Amino acid sequence: MENLGYLAVLLGFLVSVYAVVAALAGRLRNNAFLEVSAQRAVLSAWLLVTAASGILLYAILTDDFRLSYVASRSNADLDLIYKFAAWWGGQEGSLLFWSWIAATYTFVAVHTGRKRHRNMISYVTAIMAGTQAFFLGLVAFAANPFAVIMSGPQITAMPDGNGLNPLLQHPMMAIHPPMLYLGYVGFTVPFAFAMASLITRQPGERWIHTTRIWTMVTWLFQGIGILLGARWAYVVLGWGGYWGWDPVENASLLPWITGTAFLHSVMMQEKKGMMKIWNIVLISATFFLCIFGTMMTRGGLVSSVHAFAESEIGIYFVWYLLLAIGITTYLILSRLDYLQSEAELDSVVSRESSFLFNNVILLASCFAVLWGTLFPVISEYVSGDKITVGAPFFNKVNVPIGLFLLFLTGVGPLFAWRRTSTESLRRNFQWPALASAALGAALFAAGIRHFYALVCFTLCAFVAITIAVEFYRGARVIQAGRGLAFVPAVLDLTHRNTRRYGGYLVHMAIVLMFIGFAGAAFNLVQQQELAVGDSLAVGNYEFTLTGVTEADNANYYSAVARVDVAKNGDFLQTMLPERRFYHASEQPTSRVDVRYRLREDVYVVYAGQSNDGKNPIVQVYINPLVNWIWIGAFLLVFGTLVALVPNKVRRSPVRARAAGAAAPKEESVAATNV
Amino acid sequence: MNKQVKFVVIIAAIVVTLAWMGVSGVEQSATYYVTIEELFAMDDAAAKRIRVGGDVAVGSIVRSAGDVRFTITQQDETMPQPKALDVVYTGDDPLPDTFRDRAQALCDGRLRADGKFEAKKIQAKCASKYEAQPGQEAAPVYESAPATASD
Repeated sequence: MENLGYLAVLLGFLVSVYAVVAALAGRLRNNAFLEVSAQRAVLSAWLLVTAASGILLYAILTDDFRLSYVASRSNADLDLIYKFAAWWGGQEGSLLFWSWIAATYTFVAVHTGRKRHRNMISYVTAIMAGTQAFFLGLVAFAANPFAVIMSGPQITAMPDGNGLNPLLQHPMMAIHPPMLYLGYVGFTVPFAFAMASLITRQPGERWIHTTRIWTMVTWLFQGIGILLGARWAYVVLGWGGYWGWDPVENASLLPWITGTAFLHSVMMQEKKGMMKIWNIVLISATFFLCIFGTMMTRGGLVSSVHAFAESEIGIYFVWYLLLAIGITTYLILSRLDYLQSEAELDSVVSRESSFLFNNVILLASCFAVLWGTLFPVISEYVSGDKITVGAPFFNKVNVPIGLFLLFLTGVGPLFAWRRTSTESLRRNFQWPALASAALGAALFAAGIRHFYALVCFTLCAFVAITIAVEFYRGARVIQAGRGLAFVPAVLDLTHRNTRRYGGYLVHMAIVLMFIGFAGAAFNLVQQQELAVGDSLAVGNYEFTLTGVTEADNANYYSAVARVDVAKNGDFLQTMLPERRFYHASEQPTSRVDVRYRLREDVYVVYAGQSNDGKNPIVQVYINPLVNWIWIGAFLLVFGTLVALVPNKVRRSPVRARAAGAAAPKEESVAATNV
Repeated sequence: MNKQVKFVVIIAAIVVTLAWMGVSGVEQSATYYVTIEELFAMDDAAAKRIRVGGDVAVGSIVRSAGDVRFTITQQDETMPQPKALDVVYTGDDPLPDTFRDRAQALCDGRLRADGKFEAKKIQAKCASKYEAQPGQEAAPVYESAPATASD
């Protein structure tokens, strides 16, 4: 069975290589037969990788502990869902999983795009099949998941597997990696389309449309993956936080940041024919950062708590990246004439410049995160000392960046193209600015002195109001024109320009998340060794340990602390943080108990045993506003989905160059009049 | 003012501000990441924030009221005998679940004048059970447990 699986991987690799060669040869020699054959090869490669994945899954599900991979990542008593998770739970399997997703994307992208982009699809095929071949090559020659355990010449089976780390046995952890992979791998599609358009010097915006849609889909997956990871860290790891600036977390954030920059700056290209080089660089950088992130997760380049699969394959990634960057650089340099800008910046206060600043600042953030992540590597190279930087560095740089971005989120969409008149500034921003300043003053009067938090709340109010006003004004126009009630008018408005209003929803989601981030300025944490009957006071809350219940079963030993929570003297509820000791893996874990509220979470951890072993140590976090992050996450997904819905009325794709000076308000009026 | 100049000035201001914040952020949190051997070889180790890694020596963990004391060791083929470092953990947080005999521990803190290492923060990941099995050909795999006690 495992031989069949390996054979499928090997054939998949060869077929992918064939697809690259056939697509390129077919295109260059104008041989349609070869081009079509490359597209069929893409399908065969997908079938082969699917078969290989199926065989690995079958081995996992049937507890075939002759396979080294199965023995190290699964065990007989593992829940079914986590057996599926074992597919991507380790190095070899996750590379196969990566390849399978890559093959799926290639198949879908090629077969949905082959009619629409007839003259460039072969390059798309070649680029995507090439990436896929690289990963299949790794699976085939460097990280074979079908390797069996040998003792001498004999194949031996382990009596039982190692099992999956208990911390990873969580529903969120079962979907977090696939989402992240869908993001990481998916950025290959927009990259391939962008490169193919560059190679063939595509005229027009059709390829931009395709690239943008694919970028949005991938960006959404990546965002969901990152947020699920944060959420998992929060509910499982028991340190009261959701983001630790760990190298692997950073690696997943980097392409998401450049992807965000691309989604904004590509509008400049669509509407004004500007920033063409920049956009190609951005989408390429996003793809490279995805490969880089994949490498970080397994390369052992930087030590990380996520280093679940350290190995020597990092070097292949380095070569692949260098090759890809080299080819991309050559293509860009050799086609600078094609990438010439069709317009130039007119004014500092304009839509164009807000996109420009948005990009500068996102790139600065990306650079800072990359720099901090690679600091140990760089410092070791420069001075011989391996120096790491921690959360203070990342926060110090990224908090002001985040606030500036938040500000741009509010003003950017309301600036007119080319230049914005003072009159339009006053009309659009007078009331939001006054209202949010009043809120800031009120918060200050209420005793909030944390500078960044004050700025953040004020900006959040500002942005939220501008967005609400946009919906309101647009809906009023529709109401007047079609006599609809307000809510249907809002829906109709959104449907007419899903990209714009979906974008506003995503902006609103960012506002909600920033409210949650700012809440962290007021976090409280306290811990204490508690004997039964003892109390611990944190903020307005009081926590009393009323007892500890112990239990033991085949899987784990458990101790549950019963903690009564009172606020301002009133009893609220009993919370039950737990500690478990897993027999199979000999690992203890804490299971936190959280009281989720919109105002603040109460987060109780049975953190450990006092040094003399008698009493539990109870740790309490009060995390104000943190739930708004998760609420924002849902809105982010919803907003992106809205933006992906096709517009109800297709507006003519003529560039807004002629009507460039149209103020946003007039633009939305225009949209409603189509 | 010329518009190009305006853009250059604004972007330069942004970049300089961020660079300045970055530098001060590095100063606040730069930590030297060393092995025990490198720690012993450092000239001014006492003056720096240090993260040192090693394996927790079997039976060395002594828990008492104020602190936890243990020894971490480092050994490879080039060393005639293992290097050992005594660590005193004085941080506030309970030690991570993965911190046990033979675990790989990362200790953040400073080297004291008496040659002991005073740690404020410990990260640990334990070697997987499977790794110890005989007859396995694959490279050693470490099952990570992202557990951190921070101060």
